[in-house]
Formats: sequence, structure tokens, C-alpha cells
Amino acid sequence: MDARALAALAANPGCHRRALLDAAGVDKRAVAERLGAPAPFGRSQFAFARGHSFESGVTAEGGAALIRLLCRQTGEEQPEPGSVRVPELTAAGPAARAGRTALELRAAAAAGGWSLLDHPMLSLPVAGAAVHLEPDALAVHPDGSVTVVEIKSFPILDGSADAAKVGAAARQAAVYALALEDLAEVREGALLVCPEDFSNSPTAAPLDLRKQCAATRRQLARLTRIEEIAELVPAGAGFAPSRSEGELAEAVASVPAAYAPECLSTCELAFHCRSKARAAGAVEALGRSVRGELGGLRTVEEVLKAARSEQEPADDPAAAALRRAARLRDAALAEAACR
Amino acid sequence: MTEQAGTRHASVVDAVLRDTLHSPERGVVVDSPPGAGKSTLVVRAARELAAAGRRLMVVAQTNAQVDDLVDRIATADPNLPVGRLHSNEPDPYDPLLDAHESVRTSAKPADLAELGVVVSTAAKWAWVKTESPWPQAIVDEAYQMRSDALLAVAGLFARALFVGDPGQLDPFSQVGAGQWAGLAHDPSVSAVGTLLAHNSELPRHRLPVSWRLPASAAGLVSSAFYPYTPFTSGTSPGDRRLAFEAASSGSAADRVVDEAAASGWGLLELPERHTPRTDPEAVAAVASVVRSLLTRGGLAYGERSPEPSALTQARVAVGTAHRDQAAAVRAALAAAGFPEVTVDTANRLQGREFDVTVVLHPLSGRPDATSFHLESGRLCVLASRHRHACVVVCRAGVARLLDEHPSAEPVELGAEVAFPDGWEANHAVLAELAEHTVRTD
Amino acid sequence: MSLISVLARAEAAESGRAAPLATVRHRHLAEHPLVLVPLTTAGEDAAPLGALVGTDRGAPRLLTVPQPRNRELRSTFLAALAEEVLPHIESAADEVEYVERKETEPETGKKVTVQAELCLDAPQLLVPNPAGAEFLRLLGRATRFRRTAEEDAQAAHPSPPRVPLLGRWLSHYAERARVPGSSLLLPVTELLIRHWATGQSTLEDQHLTALLAWIAPPTGTTGEAAAFHAELARDERGQLLVPPAGPSTDPAFDNTLLGPAIDRFDAGVADAAADLARLVEAQLRPTWDAVWQAVDLLRALPPAAHLPARWKRDRHSYTHHRDRVRAGEPPQPRRDDAVTAARKLVSREQSQAELDAQEALDDPLTMAERRLAGEAFACEVLDVTMAYSEGKRPMPRPLVTCRSEDGPLPGGTARLHRALPSGGEQRAEVTEHGEVFTVRLTNGMGRSKEPAEGSVPEPGERLCWTLFEHAPRGGPGLPEPEATPWTHGGPPAQLPEPPDAFTPEDRL
Repeated sequence: MDARALAALAANPGCHRRALLDAAGVDKRAVAERLGAPAPFGRSQFAFARGHSFESGVTAEGGAALIRLLCRQTGEEQPEPGSVRVPELTAAGPAARAGRTALELRAAAAAGGWSLLDHPMLSLPVAGAAVHLEPDALAVHPDGSVTVVEIKSFPILDGSADAAKVGAAARQAAVYALALEDLAEVREGALLVCPEDFSNSPTAAPLDLRKQCAATRRQLARLTRIEEIAELVPAGAGFAPSRSEGELAEAVASVPAAYAPECLSTCELAFHCRSKARAAGAVEALGRSVRGELGGLRTVEEVLKAARSEQEPADDPAAAALRRAARLRDAALAEAACR
Repeated sequence: MTEQAGTRHASVVDAVLRDTLHSPERGVVVDSPPGAGKSTLVVRAARELAAAGRRLMVVAQTNAQVDDLVDRIATADPNLPVGRLHSNEPDPYDPLLDAHESVRTSAKPADLAELGVVVSTAAKWAWVKTESPWPQAIVDEAYQMRSDALLAVAGLFARALFVGDPGQLDPFSQVGAGQWAGLAHDPSVSAVGTLLAHNSELPRHRLPVSWRLPASAAGLVSSAFYPYTPFTSGTSPGDRRLAFEAASSGSAADRVVDEAAASGWGLLELPERHTPRTDPEAVAAVASVVRSLLTRGGLAYGERSPEPSALTQARVAVGTAHRDQAAAVRAALAAAGFPEVTVDTANRLQGREFDVTVVLHPLSGRPDATSFHLESGRLCVLASRHRHACVVVCRAGVARLLDEHPSAEPVELGAEVAFPDGWEANHAVLAELAEHTVRTD
Repeated sequence: MSLISVLARAEAAESGRAAPLATVRHRHLAEHPLVLVPLTTAGEDAAPLGALVGTDRGAPRLLTVPQPRNRELRSTFLAALAEEVLPHIESAADEVEYVERKETEPETGKKVTVQAELCLDAPQLLVPNPAGAEFLRLLGRATRFRRTAEEDAQAAHPSPPRVPLLGRWLSHYAERARVPGSSLLLPVTELLIRHWATGQSTLEDQHLTALLAWIAPPTGTTGEAAAFHAELARDERGQLLVPPAGPSTDPAFDNTLLGPAIDRFDAGVADAAADLARLVEAQLRPTWDAVWQAVDLLRALPPAAHLPARWKRDRHSYTHHRDRVRAGEPPQPRRDDAVTAARKLVSREQSQAELDAQEALDDPLTMAERRLAGEAFACEVLDVTMAYSEGKRPMPRPLVTCRSEDGPLPGGTARLHRALPSGGEQRAEVTEHGEVFTVRLTNGMGRSKEPAEGSVPEPGERLCWTLFEHAPRGGPGLPEPEATPWTHGGPPAQLPEPPDAFTPEDRL
């Protein structure tokens, strides 16, 4: 599980299936493939290459370019050329790298002046286990405080950027900020670095993380209650992709999902959940907003039955409204047909 | 009234008036939490500006607000001539204003030109053309005003005092305005937002005391909706009291009313169920609470007078999120014999004050929370209209609904982050209400 | 979502075929629209990979960029695109009618009536989806500030001659597309979604071919099955059988087919450019055909009555931009100043209100939604009592009593509106509320004492009163940008905008 997956938990916190599989570290992509509903997510080599070239350009020059962008945002004085420390962070294995990062963070704060930690490793306890996270960069200010740096390859055009992508970047940065809380004084604002306009040269914008940090904290707190969900899974069931399709489907089905079409772009299992939701005739498969005025009616069949009912329903206002909607609709279609 | 609160309030008011009359800056901004004496401040500023010989235009957002201000100014100073500029629509202003000799009404600005104070809505002011701008304006409810509405009238005045409540509902637009998000002059944000983005040096003040909210409510409303700008109640626990001559029948409605009378808050919780907006059981529950309030000989004791005042239909209001809910409650109350109880949506209750309010919780019975229902300003308006007590009617299950709400909001670069977060504010209110819960039988 | 739309979706889910959401076509469709299907290169928002473009469904022009990172090849593409798009856009510029317009004379400040040109038609652009329209906006932004060699002899990378002009027009069309009800530039998915409800969600409706599968399922299959196939079916090489409608390509296509093809082009392999063009065309062609299929489906719907009135506004918009270009004005600025932004917001809100009203008046199914929402009341006329206004010249002000079919008219409703049989809007003041309600008609009855023929309903007649106005009036207007007040930062700087700075592109 990485920061992106942790941040994505907020996309559908009501889904027990996703919460449990993520907390248990199950490879959802493999499970989905085994269930015959692979997620069509992939990354183009062109996007990858451009993102990579942009990021390496940003962190080049011993971090000086990045610190310049940061100072321009915060109004701090630009460091002397060559004075930015870029500590070596390599170590064997993620745990050792996280330890090394923690050490270097303390050292950087003690040293005063600017430091840039390029691809450090952080560790965050999630549902009882340590998850390792790798932010793009962390900048340590002369006062010892730390700014999370998110480097993204979508452009900032004339000062604005795709709000959905900025939102995702902010949620991801918030996960890093939380992982840093015990190690350093983290600034409330992260630095978002993106290509400027249509060029490949970097520009930056501040990201206020207060809301995202609060939301992520809530999600992580929920994950610690995961045992309650896990009790739903019958003993002996497991999610190893090596199991037979039938066994796996049964194990997955034992954890309730909260499918909504928004899942299709954020969860690897979504196409499996969609086919189940459609087969059950769940109204959520038609969109979250569809449910709003349907009250207790949960399936397409129930909705249509209420709409076509000959009798005025005694006590269900949703059914009564549907019946009236159906009458109005039929009359309008008939009127149009006569024209 | 606590003496200390009075002193703090007075010193802020003095500073506001000093800046308004003497500061070299062109604008002064005053943030006023619910019931913090905003209208009184506006009336006082108007009188002092008039006394100083500075021609004044007052901009409010609705005709009801304009009529209320004109009435207050004319009542406070019957010798100060006030113009009420109105529209050409039928019934353009409250006929009560005709009772004031000092008030002149007209749809033509020229008729009112030589008056020291002229009051109108932003919409009407936008049609006014003038060769000689007013030296001074007061813009009331400035956080409710949209930036483009200020743009339409700002050419009419040289300087202005902006007064409003930042915690209430933000202005909105019927069409997408995302392309301007983050610009200092985004036309869809509040007038104060644009003003401060361009004029960050303007003096800003904050009224520190709510005279409306009782001690039981000020703390919660302040921490839930004004996390970075706290305020306190002007009254102490015990200064206000609600009593009923008839004893409780033991019904859920009577019990929740008694709980609210004793503690300032009550939650009447209905069994968990998904319902459409106009949930007949919830509407009936609201009506039963209103009936309990109005048929048991309610008496409100307060700091203003040693004698209690009777709790009448005029002193009770019902707040909802949607218009159809308000219509359903109105019909239920009319049938129950309480046609004069104010029933309205949060938008229309902004700026109003009652002894007791009954609120149909915006998330009651919903299968999902939307940003509309979560908007903290909506809940803030509903939870801050009362002088004595507030009873919330809600179906069980809202806490879980909140927990399951996706928080994958888009973020516009450069746009001011709105605080508080609706989610946090909703949870804070629920946590308080949980202590005062009565379940229907 | 209204319950009527929910029902339509539920019906579609049950039957496997889309259900109607409209009984008429609510957007203008030109006789000869220019269809533009673009593709971009992943990782860069405004880097074109190719496009199919044209007005002849049988003979689209294919344009490709064999190496999307190559600035010169991109320029060549843009120049070719300009040669395809600009003749279409300019085709309506010279045929005009004259309309009267009020103007303020600068010297006297008097309002005078002047004759102004209005183009008889405006060229229409169709793209597959909103992302395609957004791509045109980006392309417009990327090119409108560029300088040609003629404008700037020193430019390091001069733009081909007509490309900045293309940028200005694309920018104009993309900005106009943000106006509710406008039809200069339309994404066809939006058109289809307005007129049909599928048995899937609106998010899934964004996939053009899946959407079409629900509306017109191929014989022998259901909409759901056909949509599923369109979304997900792949061949043995992992390629989607139905390529996405763009402008983004499928990553599997990029990595398996396009990447190697570009590598061969870079290596100078013979015919590599032609191979690549064939590859890109195979991705584009299904979408091109789908767009035209959508056009056929939409043309089968009868046009809504208010379409010519709304299209006239599009013609005004087109004419206005033509005039700006002809007058040699500079390209649209990167960001709107305070006054321009506020004007756009206000006028779009007005357009939205007008669109909502017109769609309801034109289409009983849309009016049914408004009735369900309590914003319109169908009724039968029970009684008409003649009455007159007071004053020197009494005017007819008849009282009309109606029985509502849509529940009681709520108290507090002051005014109602209805469409007169002769066209135009009649207003009425409500004198009594309830299931049976009474209104006083206040206009639309002519100037004489006797009401004009057909302007007062008869007992027994069915009417539909609306709470909303049919032609919402505009506001009082805003100051000129030069008079921007201090609250909004004062007047904006009047500097011509420089082109985008040249940067050494691509460290690849």
C-alpha cells in the first residue's frame, strides 16, 4: 500500500471490501484479474517518460532549483549557491531507509540552513502494520521545519491546474505530512511543483493541507477498526490470487462493498463490483445521485414496481412520488407522440 | 449581560467607528458572528456618519434587510431623514415604514438625493447612475453579497464599511465559475473575499460577543463554525430560562422540549430509515415539537426584563435545508393551528432571530451526504438563530453517513480554503446533540 | 437527478435500451457541421498526435504528428489543421443581414439606433466529448499568442501564418461553449446525454461508443452487453476492440503499437510515417463514425421551437468575434479582468435561466420535470370573470380561476407565467392560492379595451402556468473595465500580452 492508495481510501470510505483488502495488503489488481474483471488501468510510456524527465529536471542542480521555487512561495531568502545540503539516503530495505531518513531529518534540522531530501522513505502505522511511503522530496527550512514537496507532471496553465488532480496531489501530500508528524515540525502548506504552461520548466504553487490532513486522519482512525470488518470473513477464507476463482469470489463476496460508478476510476476491483451491483439491480449502479429521492427503494425492480403500481401506496412517500413521476412522464410522452 | 463582555464589545465598536470616520484607508471590514450586534453597529455608524455630515448610502442584500435597517435607524433617531430607495415592483417595501415621518420612499434616486442617508438593496443600487459619488457607504451582510454585485455598485462610493457574518452561507452561482477560481477577482466569491484579495491592508475588526446565542450555544457554535475566530456569549448560564406551565405528558416531543429548555439543546431522534426529502414522519415530529412548545404555556425569562415573555408563534421558527421540506412543515403547522410560526430554509433565515428554533437536520434520512447538505454555513445558520433553545429533529444514522462520505474534493489553486470543514462542523454538532437525545417511541 | 430521469434510467436498465429524456431536439444542429476528432500524446496536455477532420462523413482528412515531441512536425500539423478548420469557420463570415442595435454615441452620450451586420449563419464544430472540447481550448490557448515570421522577424520558432488565427477562433469557440444552451462547439456525448437516459451512470455515459450502444443497440444484443463490449473488449494483443474516443489514447496502444512505430520513425525507417498514420487512423476512424451516427440519431428528433432564437445568439457571438479579428484587435487575454469575468458570469446565469425556461416550454417531458418539482402547474380553467384596471383608460384585467392538476398552488406565490398560443409570455398575479386558484391576467391582451383574440383562456381550456419567467431580463450592467473600482483592484493594465516564452523543450 502506498500513499496514493491510502489517499484513495477517502474516495469511498463506506466500502468495507476496499478497506479490508487494502488494510490486509491484498493485491486487488491480481484478485480482479482472477475474478475475470481486470482493471483497465495502465500507464503510457510517454506519460512515464515525460514525468520522469520533468522530475529529474526539478531535483537537478543539487536541489537548488527546487529550493528557489520554494523560497519564491514563502518569501524566504534564497540560499547561497551550493549551500543546499542533499544528504545521501540509501540503505538496504525500506525500514533501514526510513531509519536513515529520520536520522537525516534530525541532522538537517540541527544543521540549520537548507536541506533537500530527495526521495526519502517514511513509515506510517496503518491498521497495526508499518506502511512505507516515498515522497518525491522534503525540504528542510533553516528554522528546522519541513515542507512536503509534490512533483506532478500535469501543467499549471496561467496559474490554474486541473482541480481533480490538484486535489489528489493534496491528499497524497497529506499522507506524507501525517507520516512526518513525529519526526519533524511539518508546515501546513505543501509545495506543488508542475510544468509551467506548455513548457517543461517547473513552476510551483502552495497547497494548504489542513483539510486533507484532517480527512486522512479520520480515514486512518477508521482503518484501526478493521478487525470488526474482518470478522465478517468466514474462517479459512483468504484473498490469495492463487485460490480458485470460485473460492476467491466467495471470499470477496463475504465482505460487503459500497459500489458507486466513481469507483471505476479509483479501485482495481470496481469492474467486479459493478457487475455484481448490476446483476443485483442496485440503483447505485446508475449513479450515487440516483438514490437521493428513492428513500428505502434499493433496486431497479423495486423502483419500477412502485412507479407502475395501480394503487396509491399507503405509507411510502418515495413510492408515491415515483408513481406521480411515472404518470407525468407517460402523459408527456403520449402528448409528444400525438404531435 | 456580563460586564466584561460589554467592555470588549464596546472597545471593538469604538475602534470600528474610529477607523470608519478617520482611517486613511478606503475600507473597513467587520466580521460579526451570529447575533453579535451587527445591526446595532450599522445603525450607530449611520448616525455618527450623518452627524459628521458625510453623505451615506447603505447597501443591504434583501428588501427585508433594507426595511429592517430603515426601521431601526428611524426608530433610533426620528430626526434623521432617511431615504428608502425601492424597486418598481408591486409592494416594493414594508408599509410599516410609512409610519416613520423621517422616512422618505421612492423608486427614483433623484427624489432622495439630498437626504443624508439612503438605504436600498444591492440589486437596486446597481441601476443608479450618479455624477457625484457618495463619500461613504455601509455594505451590510457583505459576506452574503457576491463579488460581481459589489463590482456593480462600488463605483457609487468613495469609502465603505463592510459588515457581515463569515460563517453563514456563501454566495453561489447557478452556472460553473471554475474558470475564475483562484483569481483575486473571481466573480462568484463573496464581496469581502474579492475586497480583501485586492486590499489586504484594510483594517479588520471582529465583534467578540454574541448577544443572541445563550451561553449553552455560543461555545459550540464558536468552536464548530468559527474555529479560528472564537467568540463568547454575552449572557451567563442561568441568565436565560425557559419554563412551561403545563407539565410534560411524557411524550417524546414534550421530553425533548424539556431537555432543550433545561440545557439549550435537544435532539429528537427518529428510527434510522432512508427517506425522500419530505419525510412525513420527520415533518410530523417537527410539528409535534412546535405543538409542545406552544401549547404548554411557555415562558421565556431573560436578561432584558425581570418579567418573562410568553413563547408565542412569532417567537418560534422552523428551519429546513430544502424549500419542499419547508412547504411540507408549513402545511403541517397550518393544519395544527400554528400558521404564524416562521418556517423557512437556511438561506432565508439568515440574519433572523427567535427564542426557540426547531431544525429538521439537513442529513436526516438521506442515503448519502452531498456537499450541499454538508455545507457548514447551512448548519451554522440553522444552529444559531435562537436566544434560548434549539431542538433538532433527525433520523438516526447520520454519524455513519458522515463517516462514509467520500472526501475526494477537487482543489483549485490559489482559491481560499473554506473553513470550517463541513464534515468536522457536522460531527461537532452531533457530538453535542448526542448528550441531549430523546428517541421517539 | 429528477425522479423522471431516475425512472428513465431504471426503465433503460430493465429493457437494455436507452429511454427518451426529451421529445424534441434541444440544440441546434447545422446542416454541415465540421467534425473534429483529436488525439493527444500522453503526458503532455496540448501535444497533438493526430486528428480526423472534415464536413464530409465519407472523406475525413487525416492529420498526424509522427513524432509528437518534434516542434517542427507539430507546427506542420497545426498549419494543416488551420487549413482544414479556418475555411469552414470563415465560410459564413460574408453573408450577412442587417439588424438594429442601440449604441451610445461617445460625444453626446445619446442612445442612437445603428445598423449592424449579423452573419446569416455560423459554422458549427462537433467533437466527440467534453475532453475533446477542452483540448480545442488548450490548443487555442497554446497557439493564439504565437507570432508568425511576418509579425516578428526575430522569432526563434515562427508560427505558420494562419496558426495564431486558428488559435483565436478555437479559443472563441471553446469559451462560447461554456455558455448554457450555446451550440457553436458541441461535444456529442453531451448532446446524447441530454436526450436519452441509459441504464448506466452519467460517468459511464462519457464513453461515446458505450453511450451509443445503449441508444441504438446492434440487433441481437442489449445495450448493456454492447456497452460492456465497447468499454472493455480487447484482442489477443491486449488492444481495445473499440478505441477510446480520445483525446487520450489507451496506454496499451501507446506501449505496444505507438511507441515502436515512433521509434521506427525516429530511426528513419522507410514508410514509418505512413505506417504510423495508418495506426493513428485506425484509432480515430471508429470515433469519427460514431460521431456521425450520433448526428443521425439527433437529426431524427424534431427541432425544439426555440432553437432559432438561441442559435441567433450564437450567430451574434460569431459575428462579434469576426468583427474583433477584422478590426485587428489583439488575441483574447490569458485571464479575464474583473469586469469581463463578472459580465460573463452574469450573462451565463441569464442564459441558463432562459435555457431552462425554453426547454420546458418546448418539450412536455421537460415541463413534466418542472411540474414534478412544483415549479409549474397544469390546470383546467373553471371560470373567467372579466374585470378592468382602474384609471383613465381601463385595460382588461380578467380573473381566471383554475383547478390544478399538480397539487395546490402554494401560498406566497405572487406571480405566474404562461405561453400565449400566439407566442409571447402572459403574466398573471395570483389572487387566491390552493388546489383551485385564481389569477388576474396583467398583459398580453393588446392595447384596446377588448382583449385580443385568443389572449384570454376559455373555461374548460387546459393551461400550464409556470413560476419561472420565460424570458428572464438582464441586469443593470457593469462598469467598463477602465472604470474598475478599487474594491476589485482598479483598472487592469492595458498592455498587449506577450507570446509564451520560448523554453528549450523536452529533456528527453
